Amino acid sequence: MAKPKVAFYWCASCGGCEEAVVDLAEAILDVVAAVDIVFWPVALDFKRRDVEAMPDGSIAACFVNGAVRTSEQEHMAHLLRRKSQLLIAYGACAQGGGIPGLANLTSREAIMEYAYHQAPSMGDGTARPQTRTHVPEGELELPEFQETVKALDQVVAVDYYLPGCPPTPKLTLQAVQAILSGKLPERGAVLASDRALCYECELNSTKPEKLLVSQLKRVHEVLIEPDKCLLAQGILCMGPATRGGCEALCVKGNMPCTGCFGPLDRVQDYGGKALSAIASIVDCTDEAVLAKIFESLPDPAGTFYRYSVPASLLTKKREAA
Amino acid sequence: MKTNENNFEPHIIAFMCNWCSYTGADLAGVSRLKSPPNIRVIRVMCSGRVDPSFVLRAFQLGADGVLIAGCHPGDCHYQEGNFKALRRTVLLRKMLRQFGVEPERVRLEWISASEAERSRDVTTQFTEQIRQLGPLRLAVGPQPVAV
Repeated sequence: MAKPKVAFYWCASCGGCEEAVVDLAEAILDVVAAVDIVFWPVALDFKRRDVEAMPDGSIAACFVNGAVRTSEQEHMAHLLRRKSQLLIAYGACAQGGGIPGLANLTSREAIMEYAYHQAPSMGDGTARPQTRTHVPEGELELPEFQETVKALDQVVAVDYYLPGCPPTPKLTLQAVQAILSGKLPERGAVLASDRALCYECELNSTKPEKLLVSQLKRVHEVLIEPDKCLLAQGILCMGPATRGGCEALCVKGNMPCTGCFGPLDRVQDYGGKALSAIASIVDCTDEAVLAKIFESLPDPAGTFYRYSVPASLLTKKREAA
Repeated sequence: MKTNENNFEPHIIAFMCNWCSYTGADLAGVSRLKSPPNIRVIRVMCSGRVDPSFVLRAFQLGADGVLIAGCHPGDCHYQEGNFKALRRTVLLRKMLRQFGVEPERVRLEWISASEAERSRDVTTQFTEQIRQLGPLRLAVGPQPVAV
């Protein structure tokens, strides 16, 4: 019997998710033995036309990482959706927009203007990238840089999500094994824990029952005590609002959680929940003093929506009143 | 005062706590105090029940302003719920500015069960404030695909 076909693709991505697959280390040999990788631009030499030539639905599972920002990425998302039985949003960028999603806090025009004109290293340049340029040898094409960054499920229907920036090798392996054995949860599920990170964190036992802080501290302002709950120390840790599954790797590395595994089930807007969790524990009842305390949180949007601006309720289309 | 050429009627959602502010609004109604019809009231047991995502969802669904009304500090039926509302609202307003939403569109007020006039004054004044601000313009971001 033919081995199931598997594909990997990257959109607006840093490459970390590709690294995560490589990080399977020896385990990747078992994966490679069990499947046929038919498309993986970063590692294998298959071309887009090879994918186009495949029958629709002939790829058993396609893992797409990265957000969608260019016309090429959008085209590939649609193509791979057609050719795949299961399309899995791999990583925080595919799930909710990720770090590239922060670009939605500004505008395409502002980005182009800064990157190609205002940046100190640009000199007097005013040229902007064009989608079509005519040169003596013929016409050159570049993908179009779209107005906004989109999460994968804002472009095509997604079957499963593997959260994380990047997803851990353990979770990746579990997901591959689940696909191969056919033991998958309901379509649309996020393939990680369904409880908040605090449950997995070894510092959880040091978290006081009534958690209140009088100051919020940024990581460069304090010496973090390694065996005490980070939130209890006043350090912004998104643990309570974030899906578990990563085994609190960042906290083990003495850094607070930044929320890359995204929201838990039934939470639509991650940033709102994270903001609520942090604001609620500030021990202050005076509006003026609160404003002072929040001065150490100069960028709430970037802090709470670090990985999910495109998925935010504030950037969704307004429905008619 | 600016005239409103487009005859814009604000849509305002008001989350009112059961024990104080909702009762105060009810008293305003029973006392036949003239209040603007732009306010749609949602009764919650405590202003501390109001999750910031309720406010965001209200904006997404067409609200131009959101009012959160609770008991006066020290009088919360559940001791400190209103303080939670205060902390969340202060931070939420700061964040909304980054999304291009005027922080004034979210308002937190303490209204007791007997303050019928205050309830009328707050809702009237807030409606006018939103009318001056105009309709909420949210950046139209990416849309989810129907699955």
